[in-house]
Amino acid sequence: MGAYIIRRLWQMIPTMLGVILLVFLLFNWVGGDPAYVLAGKISNQEQIDNIRRQLGVDQPYWVQLWIFVKQVVTADFGASWSTNERVSHILLTRLGPSLTVVVPLVLLATLISIGLALAVAYVRGSFTDRMVMIICTVGLSVSILVYIIVFQYVFAYKLGWFPVQGWGDSFVENLVVYSSLPILIGLVVSIAPDLRLYRTFFLDEINQDYVRTARAKGVSENRIMWVHVLRNASIPIITFLMAGIPGLLLGSFLIERFFSIPGIGREVILAVERSDFPVIKAITVYVAFATIATNLLADLTYKAVDPRVQLK
Amino acid sequence: MATDIAAPRDRSRPIVREIPHTVSPGLWVLAWRRLRSDRVAMVSMVIVAAFLVMMILSGTGLIARDWNREVGVNYAPPSFVETQGATPSNGQSAPVTTETPATGAEYKSMIVDPIGDVIEQLRSGSAPSAPAVPGTPPATEEKSVDPLADVMADIRAGKGVTAEAQAEERKATLPFGGDKWGRDVLKKTIKGSETSIFVGLASAALATFLGTVFGAVAGYYGRWVDDFFNWFYSVFSSIPYLLLILAVAAVLQQKGMLTIILILGLTGWTGVFRLLRAEYLKHKSREYVQAADAIGASNARRMFIHIFPNVSHVVLVQLSILAVGFIKSEVILSFLGFGVPVDVVSWGSMLNEAQNELILGKWWQLVAATTAMALLVTAFSLFTDSLRDALDPKLKGRAGT
Repeated sequence: MGAYIIRRLWQMIPTMLGVILLVFLLFNWVGGDPAYVLAGKISNQEQIDNIRRQLGVDQPYWVQLWIFVKQVVTADFGASWSTNERVSHILLTRLGPSLTVVVPLVLLATLISIGLALAVAYVRGSFTDRMVMIICTVGLSVSILVYIIVFQYVFAYKLGWFPVQGWGDSFVENLVVYSSLPILIGLVVSIAPDLRLYRTFFLDEINQDYVRTARAKGVSENRIMWVHVLRNASIPIITFLMAGIPGLLLGSFLIERFFSIPGIGREVILAVERSDFPVIKAITVYVAFATIATNLLADLTYKAVDPRVQLK
Repeated sequence: MATDIAAPRDRSRPIVREIPHTVSPGLWVLAWRRLRSDRVAMVSMVIVAAFLVMMILSGTGLIARDWNREVGVNYAPPSFVETQGATPSNGQSAPVTTETPATGAEYKSMIVDPIGDVIEQLRSGSAPSAPAVPGTPPATEEKSVDPLADVMADIRAGKGVTAEAQAEERKATLPFGGDKWGRDVLKKTIKGSETSIFVGLASAALATFLGTVFGAVAGYYGRWVDDFFNWFYSVFSSIPYLLLILAVAAVLQQKGMLTIILILGLTGWTGVFRLLRAEYLKHKSREYVQAADAIGASNARRMFIHIFPNVSHVVLVQLSILAVGFIKSEVILSFLGFGVPVDVVSWGSMLNEAQNELILGKWWQLVAATTAMALLVTAFSLFTDSLRDALDPKLKGRAGT
């Protein structure tokens, strides 16, 4: 186990270097001289020169790459080009609001999807099952934008059940008042694909021999579904959930943007709108690192929940 | 085999084939038969085909060429809405809907636009000083200058001139309503469909091509080539897809159809790569490939003439899965303003306008764009599922995502 983890960590290094190289090529080589971008934002020529010097634009590419590697390792990307705020400060302060929305959303979506998927898998092939699947397919085909626009209009603007947008200072207020409609929309959007996927996981298990054995020895249907089947199907579900964790921070970026929630996702959009390269670079690199780390974590969890898995 | 063994005994007489020569149905014929017996597949295929025909007709200018003309009054309601201003949500939205296009200030105050206030400020003259104010708390500020403001102003100015010229022939209602400038929403939707579907298909083709070539080379050559492409793959797949798209969009400053096709195509090849690499690994040591080697076929010929037809069904399914995904991505990108340029209409840009219109009670553009998109995407995904089942019956019942 220990040797496995060490080998995996060792194997991460080329991928991480690759991510750094990719982001570097994108922003320093494809992006070109930042002076063009900065010219429209900062009127002070001295400041532009300063930023160009920090990035080493006049130096050869390998020096620029080394500067970038140092930035990544020390987590010091300097200041945002637009607001002059420290990039590290931006990342840390935006994390909280994102998590306030995402954590309850994922917990609720997972619980509801699992419950519904179990129920639908139990009555597989029936009219209910087919109707639910059709609703899911149609629901999936409507853009998330439409859900956000319509829900915001109906529930916040017309009915006034929720604030149209905003964000407060206290955690409880944010969670209860400002996050509830975003979470509701997130649920509507994420339950359809999750339900479809989990249903196939359950269907794979429901026809197994151990289910028949359990029935034969008189185990109640509830116990079969909620204990036997759920426990076995939870292996692919956990893997799926783990794989999606890094994407979650960004997954809600449209919601964050519409509801003015100061999270990571909205920060990315703002940064792209303002060509605020340091912020995009930092977020891209660290989210990629988080993805690489969670991949390892997912494999370890996989091993933990399923002893049959052999880690090589 | 049987005839081979029998041959030495009957050397004197030529072997006579008594069974009439029939071609056994190949993969595609069998797949087509399975597909034809699937009613859902046929219906969805017809719908997808109808959209494609519409795209081609609109692209060649046969229909919806004059989508840009202002044929109706501003926000002309759809003809099937009986009285003007009577929308389905009649009761509560009455004060809003009966209003004719609101004055500037009222209109803007009704829009739920995260940066609306800022733009308002900037417009009202505080623009030059705003970005340079130091010491203000930056965390809560949203200083975002709309980079397209000038372009939009130009376009609006242009619109104004033409609008007055055709003022007398404007209609009060249009078949499916009109937009802010009185353009026919139906024609706009057709034009928008053309853009969105074209971008989706073209970028899916690009991504599938890249993924196929990379996967073929990596799986076929193996060894360090495989290691290199695997590294490349792990780098690309460790950056969440949307983040990668947004990062590329940030760097590529110029906008246009080609840019967005490149963005989606260059970032979306990873899934195809993984599948095709596995297929080529499996196929490269099969007997027919060894036979091709024996008759002196080159590596490229073995890869793309001999192996490729045997894995092309995987490619086709991936192509249609990607097309659906890219159509959705294009809508989001264009909505955010990182997609198609302002003078091109797509479902995403229609939804962007519809967001503001909905507050005014003008729901038809939203409904038109949503319906068109939902119809196509539903049909396309159902068709993709059936296609996969038809081409690879082993997978039937396992709905992958």
